[in-house]
Amino acid sequence: MTQVQEQDGYVTADGRQIGPVLMDLRDITLRFGGVEAIKKISFDIREGEIRAIIGPNGAGKSSMLNVISGFYHPQEGEVWFKGYRRGPMKPYEVARLGVARTFQNIALFDGMTVLDNIMTGRLNKMSSGILSQAIWWGSAEREENHNREQVEKIIDFLEIQNIRKTPVGRLPYGLKKRVELARALAAEPQLLLLDEPMAGMNVEEKEDMSRFILDVNDEFGTTIALIEHDMGVVMDLSDRVVVMDYGRKIGDGTPDEVRNNKEVIDAYLGVAHD
Amino acid sequence: MDQLIYAAEVFLNGLMTGVMYALVALGFVLIFKASGVFNYAQGVLALFAALTLVGIQQGQVPFAHLINAVLGTHIESFGWTVPAFLAVLLTALVMILLAFLIEKLVLQHLVGQEPIILFMATIGLAYFLEGLGDVMWGADIKRLDVGLPQGISDSIETVTDQWFGYGFFIDRLDIWATAIAALLVAALVAFSQFTKQGRAMRAVADDHQAALSVGISLRFIWVMVWSIAGFVALVAGIMWGTKSGVQFSLSLIALKALPVLMLGGFTSIPGAIVGGLIIGVGEKLFEFLIGPMIGGATENWFAYVLALIFLVFRPQGLFGERIIERV
Amino acid sequence: MLYREAGDFKTSYREDGQTFPIRLDRWGYYAILVVAFGIIPFVINDYWASAVLVPFLIYAIAALGLNILTGYGGQVSLGTGGFMAVGAYAVYKLMTAFPDVSIVIHILLAGGITAFVGMLFGLPSLRIKGFYLAVATLAAQFFLVWLFNKVPWFYNYSASGQINAPERTVLGWAVTGPATSASAKYMICLCFAFVLAWVARNLTRGTLGRKWMAIRDMDIAAEIIGVNPLTAKLSAFAISSFFVGIAGALLFSVYLGAAEVGEAFGINKSFLVLFMIIIGGLGSIFGSFAGAAFMVLLPVMLKNLLVGTMGWPTDLAAHIELMIVGTLIVFFLIVEPHGLARLWALTKEKLRLWPFPH
Repeated sequence: MTQVQEQDGYVTADGRQIGPVLMDLRDITLRFGGVEAIKKISFDIREGEIRAIIGPNGAGKSSMLNVISGFYHPQEGEVWFKGYRRGPMKPYEVARLGVARTFQNIALFDGMTVLDNIMTGRLNKMSSGILSQAIWWGSAEREENHNREQVEKIIDFLEIQNIRKTPVGRLPYGLKKRVELARALAAEPQLLLLDEPMAGMNVEEKEDMSRFILDVNDEFGTTIALIEHDMGVVMDLSDRVVVMDYGRKIGDGTPDEVRNNKEVIDAYLGVAHD
Repeated sequence: MDQLIYAAEVFLNGLMTGVMYALVALGFVLIFKASGVFNYAQGVLALFAALTLVGIQQGQVPFAHLINAVLGTHIESFGWTVPAFLAVLLTALVMILLAFLIEKLVLQHLVGQEPIILFMATIGLAYFLEGLGDVMWGADIKRLDVGLPQGISDSIETVTDQWFGYGFFIDRLDIWATAIAALLVAALVAFSQFTKQGRAMRAVADDHQAALSVGISLRFIWVMVWSIAGFVALVAGIMWGTKSGVQFSLSLIALKALPVLMLGGFTSIPGAIVGGLIIGVGEKLFEFLIGPMIGGATENWFAYVLALIFLVFRPQGLFGERIIERV
Repeated sequence: MLYREAGDFKTSYREDGQTFPIRLDRWGYYAILVVAFGIIPFVINDYWASAVLVPFLIYAIAALGLNILTGYGGQVSLGTGGFMAVGAYAVYKLMTAFPDVSIVIHILLAGGITAFVGMLFGLPSLRIKGFYLAVATLAAQFFLVWLFNKVPWFYNYSASGQINAPERTVLGWAVTGPATSASAKYMICLCFAFVLAWVARNLTRGTLGRKWMAIRDMDIAAEIIGVNPLTAKLSAFAISSFFVGIAGALLFSVYLGAAEVGEAFGINKSFLVLFMIIIGGLGSIFGSFAGAAFMVLLPVMLKNLLVGTMGWPTDLAAHIELMIVGTLIVFFLIVEPHGLARLWALTKEKLRLWPFPH
């Protein structure tokens, strides 16, 4: 396992330069009643990287993501974001700091069109008051159209122009996942969390999604943390990988380092725990 | 000291009223547990049952108003009276028939809809039944008497007079109602725990799909549950009807069952009973202690406000299952 | 063949976002406005005003309000009658306390006061959801009606316990009081309904509307993408109650002229408005109007038919009306849970493609 030096830059195994620490999780412990879902886990996420969290079912990956997005509050440990220690925040406050996410079981707003769903991603960029919204003409309309332009860029980027005005409830699974990504991107996040972005997809859809993730990382420079089960995809996409098992961290490093880590191999090949 | 004894009497009367609330609430819980339907019509069901009972007992011609209006006749009644026991039996049959029709005409077509849609459908049902009850039996206030003892219990008055030097006024009807309600609850619990149908009912409550897959007939269970709820409504209707006459306000009294449910949790039979008692006692004591200072008639809203305040601190009710939110 | 989008190109986001994107719809809308503002006021008589048009407009405002809360915000309320009572008593107190101020301002202020009360009763919605909340709003209904009944200050200590609207004028025309003409009643309600419908449309198409709908569709996800549930829910309660309060103020001051709280604003009012939005369509501005029209017209037509034509007694007709309303509610929920608005939209979609079905 490589120790991450406290330095501003960091070079991954394939020679990609990634930036300073964006989010730092220190000794996080999360309990539900008597069950410890996460046990004293520490890792960091660096600017511009794609960071994967892997592990068997029930390892605590989704709980970890929920801690990062502020939905769960850990009993112990510290969350540092952009150099400041984050207090116990509401999820919407975390979102305003520039963290956006997608969900394992798609969480789109079924009663709204694709366009409206993506526009919800920009809610925090829009500030016109109730009165000016009620009158509409003038500032509210200008703001709406300006944000619509931004959203249209993302719609173009993800190639979903033709379903713009379709109610989300009618879409097939793969497209829903893409709309969810679009909604997260619309917020122009600094840190994007993807919870199993490729679950339940066929090979072709997985390829599409992988390409979008790489493009997002390249073109917008967005830092991405993702959970994924497909090992091939994880090893290809990510710069660094955290491996979790039974709420503990058992590996951390580049895909190659993790691949050769004994404990990780044991966990995946099912060697009995003592 | 006198004040304390008065309060004790009010407390006891509150308990009795609470039993009545619990009785109506029980019908709600049964249907909610078995079908996930929040049955707003439960109160109107009690009203309808009471109207039907009186109608059958007094030999009224159903739809007499309508027939007279259409045919220009002047029929009112068959001219006979039916013994109370037989009338109760016939009314129970009518309630079962009603349950069958509700399943056939309403519920069957709403399977898989969102709970809130089902809830609104039962509001529609309540309106329909209210209209139907009036058209069938007339809207005038009726007296209901199936031979339950009424009036102030002399023995309690004498005994308490000896003890405290003040005789408690307790209606004998209330005592009977308490006994009957206790019996009904025991029977229901026994039914759901120890019979095959009861087990099937609990299975359906847990998971419709899974119940279907092991060969339980959803339709049968629903008809059964609505029949039981209809029967509970009949019992509640008899009690309330005997106490204060059969009239529209009966269904409003039954609305009180809603805060009872909120206190007790929608899925808990003990919750319905405890909730009923708390509300019954609470509103009587509040009216007794605070009511005179603020103009009285606080019973109209006390139950709702109490439930509201309580829920803010414990959203799942006293006995409800804890809600865990996940993403 | 006229009803087409093809050839009607939108070249800006502004055009794409307009309320009636199809040309024929736009013309229809303008035509309705011309009839409503330019023709009806001159031909209206007392019967049409008091039996149909004025209650229709007032209930449409109330339905818009409830639709904002329930249809867009997803919070079911059974307290509409109570909130209408707040509007009515607020406007009564204002009218009698400040006779020199314009009634229009009083009505708006009454809406504002109702918005505040609505927000207060909306606070539990942060903790309570679904049925629990629906039942909790009953607390508002029963408590408010009791309050206006028991505290004499609200009805200015009048012996009857009733409130009576004194005469007030707008631009020299009496709009309240016994001397009000049918067209004046109609016009003031129409103006309020028109402006409020426009406001409702604006609020629901923008940021606030999206927040409400996000909370409605999936509250947890909404919070995680950055919607503050506190402000979203409370703003829905406030704005909804503002509309409902204005409806209550108009109902009392312009339509009824005198009111007793238990009778005019009982729980049946709550259900009436709820039925309007179910039948009209949850989450639809058009649906609020359609539902209000339906529920206002139904008893009028039934009464004409059963009592007028067939000579049945009035009470029997009233009971049959209950049965029909109940049946219709269930029927609509089974056949089209999204109400008249969806039926209308489906018809339009078919028309757009006609005569080529695919």
